Amino acid sequence: MSDTNAAPAPEAANEVVPEPETLHGHPVTRYFGQRVVHVGRTELVGLVRTLRDEQWVQCLDLCGVDYLAHLQSDLPAGIAPERFEVVVTLISHAARERLRIRVQVPADDPSVPTLFEVHPGTEAMEREVFDMFGITFEGHPDLTRILMPEDWEGHPLRKDYGIGRIPVQFKEAPGA
Amino acid sequence: MTATDAPTDAPTHLTGEGDQEMAPRAMAGGAEVLREVGSVLRISEAEAAADAPDAETTIINMGPQHPSTHGVLRLMLELDGETVLRTKPVIGYLHTGMEKTGETLTYLQGGTNVTRMDYASPIFNELAFCLAAEELLGLELPPRAVWIRMLMSELNRITSHFLFLATNGMDLGSTSMMIYGWREREEGLRILEMITGLRMNHNFIRIGGSAADLPDGWQERLGTYLESIPPRLEEYGVLMTNQPIWRDRLQGVGVISTEEALALGATGPILRSTGYAWDLRRDLPYLAYDEVDFDVIIGSYGDCFDRYAIRLNEISESVRILWQCIERLPEGDYRIQDKKVTPPPRARIDESMEALIHHFKLFTEGFKVPEGEAYAAVESPRGELGVYLVSDGSATPYRMHVRGPSFVNLQTLPHLMRGGQIADAVAIISSVDPIMGEVDR
Repeated sequence: MSDTNAAPAPEAANEVVPEPETLHGHPVTRYFGQRVVHVGRTELVGLVRTLRDEQWVQCLDLCGVDYLAHLQSDLPAGIAPERFEVVVTLISHAARERLRIRVQVPADDPSVPTLFEVHPGTEAMEREVFDMFGITFEGHPDLTRILMPEDWEGHPLRKDYGIGRIPVQFKEAPGA
Repeated sequence: MTATDAPTDAPTHLTGEGDQEMAPRAMAGGAEVLREVGSVLRISEAEAAADAPDAETTIINMGPQHPSTHGVLRLMLELDGETVLRTKPVIGYLHTGMEKTGETLTYLQGGTNVTRMDYASPIFNELAFCLAAEELLGLELPPRAVWIRMLMSELNRITSHFLFLATNGMDLGSTSMMIYGWREREEGLRILEMITGLRMNHNFIRIGGSAADLPDGWQERLGTYLESIPPRLEEYGVLMTNQPIWRDRLQGVGVISTEEALALGATGPILRSTGYAWDLRRDLPYLAYDEVDFDVIIGSYGDCFDRYAIRLNEISESVRILWQCIERLPEGDYRIQDKKVTPPPRARIDESMEALIHHFKLFTEGFKVPEGEAYAAVESPRGELGVYLVSDGSATPYRMHVRGPSFVNLQTLPHLMRGGQIADAVAIISSVDPIMGEVDR
């Protein structure tokens, strides 16, 4: 495709917020009208607990992202990008809105406090993130692999984990 | 493993799963018992540990090769006589690394990957994936494409719920219901096949619209099917809903409250069975659900019967929506006329070199999607099906995560089973309606 068909500029999608928006003191960015809160990992549990007691009654999703090959460029000022990110999606049925929380997790100490005490439903999701990314959740009652076998080595969804391929061996050309 | 402080002198387990298994009660500390039985009941760790029965308990395996586990679900049950005390689902037997595969496929190929996750309702997987990608691309679909998607979703919801009715009947020993449910589902699948060319794994919803327009005569074909459904649902009412044996097997079995369902992240019929009216189609409308008329079905007791009745009645609501689709499906394009995502029509390829090149590039290199992240969710027959996409600006997703409702809903099993009879376990598994392809992905 030619350059005229290039992707639309990201500014069109990113709503420009005149003043830095915050939620309980944590910076907020917006994506397609969806609020995204950026929070440090030490403050995560406190924030989710406060939010749960307000109206964000359910934790829908918790997943990890490995930004090894593509560092985030969309973080607000004051949030330093790290290799891993844990993304939590909450929902408020009263406000009919979802809220995304993004937590930066450094590669040299990949651990996050568990949300199990606040939302027991994150148990399996945290196990999945641990299994796939090797991010540990402090205080999780049963942090074992969930999808891969117990004796599996490595964490498959990390970007430096190779995709399963059988290497093709070429014979040396005769006379070479 | 890192976090579990399982005793090092633990006996070698029967299979190679090790720590993933349920530990015998003597070895499970209060914390583990608490997680398995009481985390949503808000009891203390001491109470959970003191919960042990006087008699000796037995741990049995149910699955992964049990006919009523709907695939390769393995449950470890701790039994005191015939009473289930603790339950632990052990999953992963169908893990095929679809999220990892998704990172190597272009957005056009992604549909063929995600459609295989929840194989009983493939349209919803494609729809959620496409909605997330379209959000990143900033596409606005023509109304006909939106309505075709809605039509396909509801048709798929009907076949998925018929599959539930069939397997639920089978699990409870009603083999007639199994045959009936399968028959009705197959008729629905034939219409899906007429439209998409395939019974399952359609890859019909594409980014920017759908793969094809509806074929000629679809109204009559679909109308005939829809007319056949209400009398059959009435028949099920006689056969099952009003039958004392059926009610006795389901009523009061596997009860969950609204608070517990919310805490465990349950969505879909499980959440609605507790009397909590939450349906994304009505409450966070996507597609054109705000333009059609339908009711959200809720239960009142949160038991297996409510979950059965909700799915049965959701079929009627889907029929209502489909009639409105037949009447009101707008004319126009079935795909967005954006050359970035839509290939040129087949006829153009024969006469235009540029169209041929364009077509070739689109299907080999794919199209670039702007940097960013998006989460899109749809109300699948099992609950909220969400797709979280992270794009690095290339033609393949940087990360594709699927929030499978079955995966999360499975966490309610230990709670639903607790204190029940082992004979009811089958009814409870069935009422959660897990699809293992989506659980393990």
